[in-house]
Amino acid sequence: MMPALDGRGTLEPEPGRSVEIRPRSEGTAAALLLAVLLAAALAAPALAPYPPDHLDLDRRREAPSAAHWFGTDELGRDVLARVLYGARVSLAVGLLSAAVAGASGVAIGGVAGYAGGAIDSILMRGTDAMLAVPRLPLLMIATSVLQPSVPLLVLLIGLAGWMETARVVRAEFATLRGRGFVENARAAGAGHARIIGAHLLPNAAHVVIVSLTLAVARGILLESALSFFGVGVQPPRASWGNMLYQAQATLATEPWLAFAPGLFILMTTLSVNIVGDRLARR
Amino acid sequence: MLRFLARRLLQAAPLLLVISVIVFLLIHSVPGGPLAIYLSNPNVRPQDIERLRRALGLDRPLWEQYWSWLIAFAQGDWGYSFSDGRPVGMRIVERVPATLELVATAITVALALALPAGIVAALRPRGWFDRTTTALAIAGISLPAFWFGLLLQIVFALGLGWLPSSGRTTFGGGGLVDHLQHLALPATVLAVVQAAAWSRYLRGSMIETLAQPFVVAARARGVPSRAVILRHALRNALGPVLAIVMVDAALLVSGAVVTESVFAWPGLGSLFTEALARRDYAVLMALLMLASTAIVAFNVVADTAHALLDPRVALR
Repeated sequence: MMPALDGRGTLEPEPGRSVEIRPRSEGTAAALLLAVLLAAALAAPALAPYPPDHLDLDRRREAPSAAHWFGTDELGRDVLARVLYGARVSLAVGLLSAAVAGASGVAIGGVAGYAGGAIDSILMRGTDAMLAVPRLPLLMIATSVLQPSVPLLVLLIGLAGWMETARVVRAEFATLRGRGFVENARAAGAGHARIIGAHLLPNAAHVVIVSLTLAVARGILLESALSFFGVGVQPPRASWGNMLYQAQATLATEPWLAFAPGLFILMTTLSVNIVGDRLARR
Repeated sequence: MLRFLARRLLQAAPLLLVISVIVFLLIHSVPGGPLAIYLSNPNVRPQDIERLRRALGLDRPLWEQYWSWLIAFAQGDWGYSFSDGRPVGMRIVERVPATLELVATAITVALALALPAGIVAALRPRGWFDRTTTALAIAGISLPAFWFGLLLQIVFALGLGWLPSSGRTTFGGGGLVDHLQHLALPATVLAVVQAAAWSRYLRGSMIETLAQPFVVAARARGVPSRAVILRHALRNALGPVLAIVMVDAALLVSGAVVTESVFAWPGLGSLFTEALARRDYAVLMALLMLASTAIVAFNVVADTAHALLDPRVALR
């Protein structure tokens, strides 16, 4: 930003400058938290105090204690261990579904924006149609009829989330297409593949990355919502969503079961959203 | 004006056709088709299933089935619920008031939070109020609604015992106070999530408007600051935000699935989860089609309203 001129004509530091640094450090903190969560998920076997499906029937439904930081569930399983192993499933679904959504969004939006004309309007009407179908109910029907499994969840959540990326990529391609450097490349004899790969995509990378972070947060929320309804990740495998699903039944007597999984979902979506917010403002 | 509306409606028609194909194919891609529920039931004989298949027209080519379903649906014949045999339309209509009550309350509360927050935050971008509301808004957007609902239940219903944890009225009761007590928690969940998003949009729109020459000119003419903010800036900043609010309202009516389920609120969202658990495809198809139609319709209404409020948006 330009330094502001004050009345005497001397250069004063821009007033918002000292606070400008804060959000950047928030972004760093969020990225760090995200890295810690990812590392914890990867290192779950080393970090977890018990195996995630270790039954201890003498110590069922215990409140948090030194031995079980987040308590135990109705089968005496350690909630901390299950949250850590659940992180692997939940984060994997979030990241991979965002990759599926991003790849299909870039392909569809890219073709629409580059080709223009009839192809553009057909693809964009399809995008509008997909955006008008409520996402969670659509996914609930799809996963419940198709025997839910983790790869299927990744695929379905990804295929239900490409529309936002497609829209921004299309808009970016459509404006870039008419710019001088693209015209120059075309005049110099570059083919479609070269123009898209070397000129359009690198310039659209920024909006793609921002829409990807949103897709990761949405993917994690959708996975947990689907598992919460019993049509996502299936027990005995732990995910944050299905732990909450099981916690709901005994909310009155064992409220701690609901605490840890939700907190982990919130920490993840919050840090992903803050990182995305920072990237979008850059 | 009329030409604008006619054009938008003409654009919406093929959109609805595409959606109907998506919904139809989804339901019919189920192994066993819409009769899957009977296939797994040992009490239903194979010859009964065959009879049902023919009675429901499931033995005809897919495109024929689609066409007759679409014609019937457009005429308001939505079929019969598989689980209790009543007309689908009846089952849906009886759930509408509960959902409308919940969503209308949530939208009112959300606007009451988002409007002042968005305006005040925009007056001093990066000031302490803006930083606080920004942090709260990002937290609100990241919050998993069902977990927030469970936490509210733990604290206010099970812990403190101030409010009921689920349902729309106490059994046998139903006074105004009882009603409001049941409404409080689910409406809070929906309102917080929406207020977070809406305050962000309004803040952005206000900051943009406050920097425009006509606002600066009004200030220079000596118009009181209050009037500049509320009459000059807000009126212009509100248009695009209201368009978003309207579309979100349509999404809420169809998408309160999570909140209604957590609080056992007897609305459309609960009807959806009940129908899903019983594989009641007639109900599921009708709900999904109606929700999509509502979202498309509200999009047209929002565009029209935006154009009417703001003459700069051309009625094209």
